[in-house]
Amino acid sequence: MEKATDTVKRGLAEMLKGGVIMDVTTVEQARIAEEAGAVAVMALERVPADIRASGGVARMADPKVIEGIMEAVTVPVMAKCRIGHFVEAQVLEAMGVDYVDESEVLTPADESYHVDKHRFKVPFVCGAINLGEALRRLGEGAAMLRTKGEAGTGNVIEAVRHMRSITGEVRRLATLPEEELMSAAKELRAPYERVVEVARTGKLPVVNFSAGGIATPADAALMMQLGADGVFVGSGIFKSEEPAVRARAIVRATTHYEDPELIAEVSRGLGEAMRGMEISEISKENLIQFRGW
Amino acid sequence: MAGNEPTIGVLALQGAVAEHLVMIEACGARGVGVKRPSGLDGVNGLIIPGGESTTVGKLIDEYGFGNALLELGAAGVPMFGTCAGLIIMAGRVEGRHGPVLGLADVTVRRNAFGRQVDSFEEDVIVRGIEDESRPFGAVFIRAPVIEEVGAGVEVMARLEKGVVMARDGNYLTSAFHPELTGDTRVHDYFLRMVRESISERDMEV
Repeated sequence: MEKATDTVKRGLAEMLKGGVIMDVTTVEQARIAEEAGAVAVMALERVPADIRASGGVARMADPKVIEGIMEAVTVPVMAKCRIGHFVEAQVLEAMGVDYVDESEVLTPADESYHVDKHRFKVPFVCGAINLGEALRRLGEGAAMLRTKGEAGTGNVIEAVRHMRSITGEVRRLATLPEEELMSAAKELRAPYERVVEVARTGKLPVVNFSAGGIATPADAALMMQLGADGVFVGSGIFKSEEPAVRARAIVRATTHYEDPELIAEVSRGLGEAMRGMEISEISKENLIQFRGW
Repeated sequence: MAGNEPTIGVLALQGAVAEHLVMIEACGARGVGVKRPSGLDGVNGLIIPGGESTTVGKLIDEYGFGNALLELGAAGVPMFGTCAGLIIMAGRVEGRHGPVLGLADVTVRRNAFGRQVDSFEEDVIVRGIEDESRPFGAVFIRAPVIEEVGAGVEVMARLEKGVVMARDGNYLTSAFHPELTGDTRVHDYFLRMVRESISERDMEV
């Protein structure tokens, strides 16, 4: 019997494809998410919009909160550790969390290095804004990727930019002759072997979800049509007027992302979406997406 | 129909749909993703893939797939459930959330091997597939196990914890993910069930 192989780690992410992973902060929210059809929940103490509003250092959630959520639902439970905080990751692994998100949404713990994810049995998901960052995370052992977007804004523009950037760079790599791949690796600041793998197969070797700023069913379907394997919705659900109804609508729109009639139907009368922020009004040092190295 | 390639539907509500489609093509059949009950028309076999069983169970209800899938099964069309698909097809499910379709005469337990850190790969002997003495590299992810099988159910593979692959007439179920390997023998076996069911139908006509 072999545990924690790449196949097993990446395999769980394959099973989540076409689904919605929802941020939850309480047992009650976790139940609402599961009832609405979430494929997994992300247990955390504050959703990104609240982290943004209240400031201070954002850390791994209280184990009691995470354990309560693990007790309450049958879907997989993910939890976030700070970038580079390998002890938070060890704690989450010891608790039996199903996936660790080494997340820029929390305050980074290391300004130079990410967690060495190869050393863990628990699989990791990491954020990326471009292909180079995605491949660096894979080089460190991530088993799943997500585009970062700009968390807690309810504004989908950054999620779109990051997804287009990654899919565009993958397409470009696939057209390059072998002798140009080393220079491509240098430009991308990415491990050469990973660059060669993407160039040969024309796709990422792991599942890639979209995250950061998704607030409506149409946002979710947009990211799916742009090539996401699934979506993370953070503040978008529990910062809206009617979380249960919106959660269910986003799940349906993600399944049927190519069916505008159905998206119209599920989008009717959802109540107010989260308010949302214009990205240009956020100062550069407050942009979460640039955390990560 | 005989002579033509069979068409295999893969329930495409959520989960590892693409991997099954690749395997179906590799076995020389035509695969189609099914997102609506109307998509079941004309399929010669159906795969319910791995995914999150709680989620897929809800979406089956929501899109009115329940009766359509029960009718398909009752008509004798071969159906294959992997992991979450096994839970969806099982007659009895232990623990929270009851059975969904209740087609196969088996009792399953969700997450029988533990959480994700306990997921594993293991070589198992699968009876009935081609070259059966050669182990199949099976991938178990938060996998269920079959704790009990009914009288007419053929046990095809087993681990210490319990049964991990079984056939109940036209219902094939596995706790592991044959679609995550490069080995087509389990899908070949299912395709054989499909071809046999097509030729039996032709004989009746």
